[in-house]
Amino acid sequence: MNPKDVIICRCSDVTLQDLYDLFEQGYDTFEELKRVKRVGMGPCQANTCGKMVQWEIAKYYGKPLEEVEFHNMRPFTLGVKLKSIKEAADDEDE
Amino acid sequence: MKMNKPFPKKADYVIIGGGISGVSIAWNLAKKGAKNIVVIEQKFLSWGATGRCGAGIRQQWSSEANCILAKKSIEFFEKAQELLEYDGNVEFKQEGYLIVGSNEAEDKQFEDNVKLQNSLGIPSKKLTPQEAKEIVPHLNIEDVYSATFCPTDGHLNPFTTTDAYYKAALREGVDFFTYTKVTDILTKNNEITGVVTDKGTIETNHVINAAGGFAKEIGEMVGVDIPVYSQNREILVTEPIEKIQGPMVISFSKNIYCQQTPHGAFLMGRGDERPPGYSMESTHTFLDEMAKTVTSLLPPIGDLRVIRQWGGLYNMSPDHQPIISDSTLVKGFYMACGFSGHGFMLAPMTGLLLSEMILNEPPSLPVENLKLTRFDGKDIKEYEKSVV
Repeated sequence: MNPKDVIICRCSDVTLQDLYDLFEQGYDTFEELKRVKRVGMGPCQANTCGKMVQWEIAKYYGKPLEEVEFHNMRPFTLGVKLKSIKEAADDEDE
Repeated sequence: MKMNKPFPKKADYVIIGGGISGVSIAWNLAKKGAKNIVVIEQKFLSWGATGRCGAGIRQQWSSEANCILAKKSIEFFEKAQELLEYDGNVEFKQEGYLIVGSNEAEDKQFEDNVKLQNSLGIPSKKLTPQEAKEIVPHLNIEDVYSATFCPTDGHLNPFTTTDAYYKAALREGVDFFTYTKVTDILTKNNEITGVVTDKGTIETNHVINAAGGFAKEIGEMVGVDIPVYSQNREILVTEPIEKIQGPMVISFSKNIYCQQTPHGAFLMGRGDERPPGYSMESTHTFLDEMAKTVTSLLPPIGDLRVIRQWGGLYNMSPDHQPIISDSTLVKGFYMACGFSGHGFMLAPMTGLLLSEMILNEPPSLPVENLKLTRFDGKDIKEYEKSVV
C-alpha cells in the first residue's frame, strides 16, 4: 500500500509518508514528531496512533521497540467539557 | 534529532538552550557570518518554556522596552515564513489581542499603556465594553469595565517557529546537539574557556546562556549571579473546532489568556502564584479556576472538551523585562533570560541584539536597559505590569 494512503494519526491527519519524510530529515523521537507534525496530539491523545508511531520509528532507525521512548502522556485520559469541570468545582465549593 | 556529526571538541560559540531564543541567536549569528556555532539542548528543541507557552505575540505592554522589542519582533514574524525559507507552516495569524479590564485602576493603566504604545507606533486603542463585544461577540461584558485592542498582535506556532529557525540555522552551518546536558562551564582568569557536557567537553571562548527556566543555574556555573527565578505556569488545550474567535482575549485582573489557534484548538492559561522552583506539574486547582474564569468570560467555550494540560516555567526578572546582556565579570559569557513569560514573542529581537553584542556591532536598539548591570545596587520597584 502506498504510504501516502496509510493514515497513522486520525486526529491530526498524519500519513505514514509524512512520518517517512520527517525521519529522512533526522527527526527520530516521538516528542519531536509530535511537535512538528501534531501526530498524537489530537482528541485521542495518541491512544490510537501511539504504538504505531513507536513501531515506525523503531523500524526506520533499526532499533528494538523497547529502545524507542514512548511519548510523554499528559492528563487528560479522556476529553472533559470545561463547563463540567466548572460545575464539579462549584459543587466542591458549596 | 539525529546528527551525522561527531560531538565537537572546539567551537567559536556555544549556545546553551534549544528554545526559541537559542535558535534565534544561532541563526542571527550565522547570518552575520559567524562560524563554528553549536547549540546544546538538554532534551529536544522547544522542550522547555518555548514549547509550553501560550503561542501569543503582542505589543501591548506597559514598559517602553517591551513595547519596542515586541513591535520589532512582530515586524520580523510577519515575514518569518519567507525570511526563514520554511517548508512547514509557522501558522502566523494577526487578528489582534483584546485585553479586558474589570475596574477603574486597570482602566487608568490602559489609558497610560495605549498612550505609550501609540507614541511608539503601535496601533492599539482603548475600547468600551460594547466595542469589545463587537470584536469578540461571545465575550460576556457584565464585569468588563474597559478594554484595549491591537489588531497587529496575534498568534504563531511555537514548535514550528522554532523548527523554522532551526532549519534555517542548520542551512547556515550551525550544529545542534539535543539530549545533551551542560554540567559545567570552564573559565580561566575570568574568561570562558570551555563547556562541559555529558557528551564531552567543548573548548570555546563564547558561551550564550539561553537556558530559559534554568538560566540561573547556568549563571552559577561561571559565578555570575543572575537575579531571576523560575515559576510554574499552567495551561490547557481543547479539541479543535471551526473558527469562532479571531483575537486572543486576555485579562490581568481576571487572570486569563485564551485564544483559538489557526488549527482550531483553544489554548488558555493563567498565572496562579506558585513557589519558585522547577516543577512543571499539572494541578486540578488550575483546572478548576481556569474552567470557572473562562466559562464566565467566554461562556460558549464551556462546551469544549479539554484534551490536555501541562505546565511550563516563567523565568522572572525583577522588572519583568528580559535580560539580554554580556557579563562584566566573565569575558565571553552572554545571556538571554528573565523573559518573565514572553520570551517566545521577543525572540527575533533577542537573536538580533545579542548577536550584535557578541560580534561588537552597533546595536539596532538601545540595549543598556536590557543589560544585567541595570540591577546593580538597585531595589527594583518599577516593573512591567502587563503579565498574566
